[in-house]
Formats: sequence, C-alpha cells, structure tokens
Amino acid sequence: MKYFYLIFSALKRKKLRTGLTLLSITVAFVLFGYLAAIRQAFNAGVEVAGADRLIVRHKVSIIQPLPQSYEAKIERIEGVSNAAHASWFGGIYREPKNFFAQMPVVPEDFFDMFPEYVLGDAQKAAWLATRDGAIAGRGLAQRFGWKVGDRIPINATIWTKKDGGRTWEFDLVGIYDGRDKGTDTSQFFFRYDYFDETRARGQGQVGWYTVRVGDPEHAAAIARSIDREFANSPVETKTEPEGAFVQGFANQVGNIAFIIMSIMSAVFFTLLLVTGNTMAYAVRERTGELAVLKAIGFTDRSILALVLGESLVLAFVGGTLGLALAWILVAVGDPTNGSFPVFYLPVPELLLGFVLIAAMAFLAGIVPALQAQRLQIADALRR
Amino acid sequence: MTEWNGSEHLVRIGGVDKVFKRGAEEIHVLGGLDLEIPAGEFLALMGPSGSGKSTLLNLIGGLDRPSEGTVEVAGKQIDRLSRRELAGWRARHIGLVFQFYNLIPVLNAQKNVELPLLLTRLSRAERRRRAAIALDIVGLSNRARHYPRQMSGGEQQRTGIARAIVTDPTLLLCDEPTGDLDRKSGDEVLDLLQALNEEQGKTIIMVTHDIHAAARAGRTLYLNKGRLSTEPVD
Repeated sequence: MKYFYLIFSALKRKKLRTGLTLLSITVAFVLFGYLAAIRQAFNAGVEVAGADRLIVRHKVSIIQPLPQSYEAKIERIEGVSNAAHASWFGGIYREPKNFFAQMPVVPEDFFDMFPEYVLGDAQKAAWLATRDGAIAGRGLAQRFGWKVGDRIPINATIWTKKDGGRTWEFDLVGIYDGRDKGTDTSQFFFRYDYFDETRARGQGQVGWYTVRVGDPEHAAAIARSIDREFANSPVETKTEPEGAFVQGFANQVGNIAFIIMSIMSAVFFTLLLVTGNTMAYAVRERTGELAVLKAIGFTDRSILALVLGESLVLAFVGGTLGLALAWILVAVGDPTNGSFPVFYLPVPELLLGFVLIAAMAFLAGIVPALQAQRLQIADALRR
Repeated sequence: MTEWNGSEHLVRIGGVDKVFKRGAEEIHVLGGLDLEIPAGEFLALMGPSGSGKSTLLNLIGGLDRPSEGTVEVAGKQIDRLSRRELAGWRARHIGLVFQFYNLIPVLNAQKNVELPLLLTRLSRAERRRRAAIALDIVGLSNRARHYPRQMSGGEQQRTGIARAIVTDPTLLLCDEPTGDLDRKSGDEVLDLLQALNEEQGKTIIMVTHDIHAAARAGRTLYLNKGRLSTEPVD
C-alpha cells in the first residue's frame, strides 16, 4: 500500500498520454460490455432452454407444418411426459419495424411446458375464458405501452382469415413476467383454437412441438424414438434439444458469438499494443529513476511490482470505467428499441471483463517490468 | 560473515580488478586495487575522467561487482551477496549523493526524502517525522512541499543529501556532488558534508574533479589508470 503513491505519481507524469491510454481502455471495455449484452440477447433462448425439453419439427424445414394429430402420438412414446405445440404467425403491428414473435398456443399445455413464463391466476383464467384473448411479455407491453384490456391489431403476412381479412384483433388479457432474468418477455401468445378456426387454410396443422422428457439423460434416445415413429410417413420429423433448436434459429442471422468474438479480439489486440507501448515508453523514460530506486535499496522484485502495478492501475481504472459505462448504456435500453428478447449485462460477463482487465495489465506490463527488473544500476546511472 | 564491531577499517578493498566488456574488447578500469578507509573519515577521490573513480565508488556502494578481489564494508564481504541481499544491505548501510541529484521529479522534497524509508517497517507518521528531520539538517524545512523543478540546483542537491542521510547510513558515497553547481551552492553543499562528517561522525567518500572540494576532505587519494596514489599524477 505504501508504494501506491509512487505508482500514481508515475502515472501523473505524462497526463495526456495516461489520459489517452485510459480513454482507449475505457472505450474498449464499453464495447466489450455492450457487445456482451448483445450476444446475451441472441443467446437468451439458448440459455433458458430446458435440458429436459426437445423440439420436434418437420424434417425438411421449420417452415413446413406438422399435423396436430402428432401430439397424441408423441405423448404415447415411452419417456415423453407431455407435448405442446406452437406455430409461427409472423404478423406486423402497425409497421414492419415493430417486429416481435407472435405464436398461437394451447394455454394449458403452454403453461405446463414453460414454467418460466409467469402469469397471475386471474389473468390465466381470463385467457381461458376469452377466445380471442392474448398475453404479452412484460418487455413487449412496455415497448408499446400496452395494458390489460387493450385491443391489439396484428396484420397477418402469412395467415389470412376466412373472411379474407388480414387484420387479426386480440384482447390483451394478461401480461406475463419472466421467472429468470434471461427469460424472453418480448413475445405475444394467443389461443390456437381461435387461430385454427379463423384462418383460411392449414387447419389441423402446427409449426412445431415442444416435448418434455421424464429423464434428460435419455433425451437423445427419446428424440430418435420420435423421429422413428414418423419415419417413412408423408411428414417426417427432426427432433433436437431445445437449446440446439434455439441456437440454430439465432444462427439464421449469422454466428453472432463468432462475429462478436472476432471484433473483441481485434479490439483487445490493438488495446494491448497501445497499453504495452505506453508502459514501454513510461519505463524507458524513467531508466535513471528506476536505477536510483534500486540504488537506494529497492529490490529487483519490488521494481517489477511497481511497473506491473502501474499497468494494473491503468487497466483497472480504464476497464472499470468502461464496464460501468457499458452497464449504464445497457440499462438505458437496447439498440433495437425492444426487438431483443432480453438486453442486460450478465454478471459472468462482467467478471470475465475483470479477468480480461487483469490479463491485459499483465501482458502489457510484463515485458517493460522485466526490463526494469533486470536493469543494471551502474549501467543505467551512467546513461 | 560477522557484523562489523566498529574497531576495524570500515571499508577494506583487496586486489580489486574491474573489467568492462564492450563487444570483444576488454577495458581494464581497475587493476589490483587495495584500499582501507577507517570509520569517520572524509575521503576525496580525484583523478581524470575515465580513471575509475565512479567505478570504485559503485563497488564500495554495492552498485556493481568487482571482476576480481574482495570488497568488505562494515565487516561484510559484499561482493558475495546476492542481488536481493545487496539491495537490503544498501538500504541499511549506504547513502548515495549523485552529481545530477537524481530526485524523482513528480515527488516533492518530503516524498523524495522519504523514499528510502519506504523500505523500512516505519509507520507513515514516523517516516514523515524522520524526513522532516533530514530536511531540517540540510536547511530545507521550508521547502518540504516543493517539487524539484521549483528548487535551485543547490537546494535539489541538499534534498539529495537529506535523502542519503535519512536512514542514518553507515557510509555516505558522493559522486561529484558539486559538479553541477555554481561555487556558492557548491560551498553550501560542501559545508553540509563537512558538518555531517565532523559533527555526526559520518564516513564520507566523495568523488570529485574539483581541488577546492577535495580540500574539504580529511584525505585525498588520486586514481589514475586503475591505480591509487596519494599524490596527483600528471
């Protein structure tokens, strides 16, 4: 602790250089935090996906429907606890930019299958009692300022009504919350029976099934059993873990994790060069002073610690500031104005940020610190 | 290794050679040098540039190692100590005064003087108290909060002396302490060194080019081509 003022004094020596280096570190960690939140947004479904849940979809493509009659067959397969279906509605609320997922589901099956969606009993009862009732996630409701009792018009892009109309109107009877922070609250669910009776075509068909298995250890075998059940039928299936399904869905945009990792690698490599350069100059300029410290009795190890300490303080101040700013920016709201299912900076990513700060401080400081440690006093004083 | 009992010579140098290597070339700076310095002496070392004065000072101060021979200071053969042991030994026994002061520019006089005390277990308050005493001894109590750039050369050198004496070292090594000062400031520094020697019994070895400065010492030795003599060499 008593050496701290030596470290701070050294950093104050070239205020502009220290300031610019701090700024680079801060910007890099703002970027890190913000991109971590975006990656989290894309991975949200993957992380909350149940290990005991499988997704059954058409073997050819997710956009090919499955018969509703499969539900009973799937539930009869050994190891399957229950199944729930959903379909992609793909409607537009007012403007195309207001994207969010809308899906017709069977409310009882839905809540049995997805306990992470939390809805009060009264609102649940209201939904069961209202054929054109719908529920929205808390995030979605906040995005558009909806409240229970509102009438929500959705313009269909796929599913026209029997009367030829494209506008589907729903009574908002409930707003669900997420059980966990990572739960998607940007979705809109309405009743399948209303959807199936009202749509002009496709009756008796669903988009996919979510299947709960009794023992996750046997999930792979059960998935094979389900696909075997429908093999050689007109509608063959592909069954996979829910996490893999959601990841595949997210990857339609691109391999977000890889893109973000590539950006961050480039940023941190550049940052390492900037900080390493600052430290190298800082030590080279002070060769004489470091020699004097050694001459008056500072050991090689304490000189190494002083230089590494400078690097650590520089990285820690800049990095912490960057992470704090990222936290604030993320808290302000997501850049898509609500299209992300979740948008927050997870604590493990923050901890990773601090690990990166420490790693960067060490890597940037170690070479100049070793040079300072090896300094020969008599040689350095002669320079 | 026995601790020095104070009855013998403080510094004993026996058969010291110092060879510097510059590429394939070997430069013999000191050759077979013997020297004994009693405690409490104020010794001036003179000689032309490149004669090895500063090298000898560095060997006595444990800043460098001899190529051959032994260096014993205060009963300790320091050429056998490891780098770590040598650092600790320097902190306890040696006070260094440099020609160009070598103060840390971003620290004020008080903090500069406190630097060697950081290596002790003294409390912050005690470190401050001792630094204040050292600054008082060199007559700079009123400049404690000033940074080196705010002080004259003479004041900076006196701060350097305060830093050298703040740990009450066994031996004070001064490398051209007046070399960068005008006559008046140089005299003030020499007065101070003389007082430290005469009033506090400090053993001082001073390298200088200046006859006027050497005249303040109790004994003057001349170094030429790596060899010591009591008479100046033409």
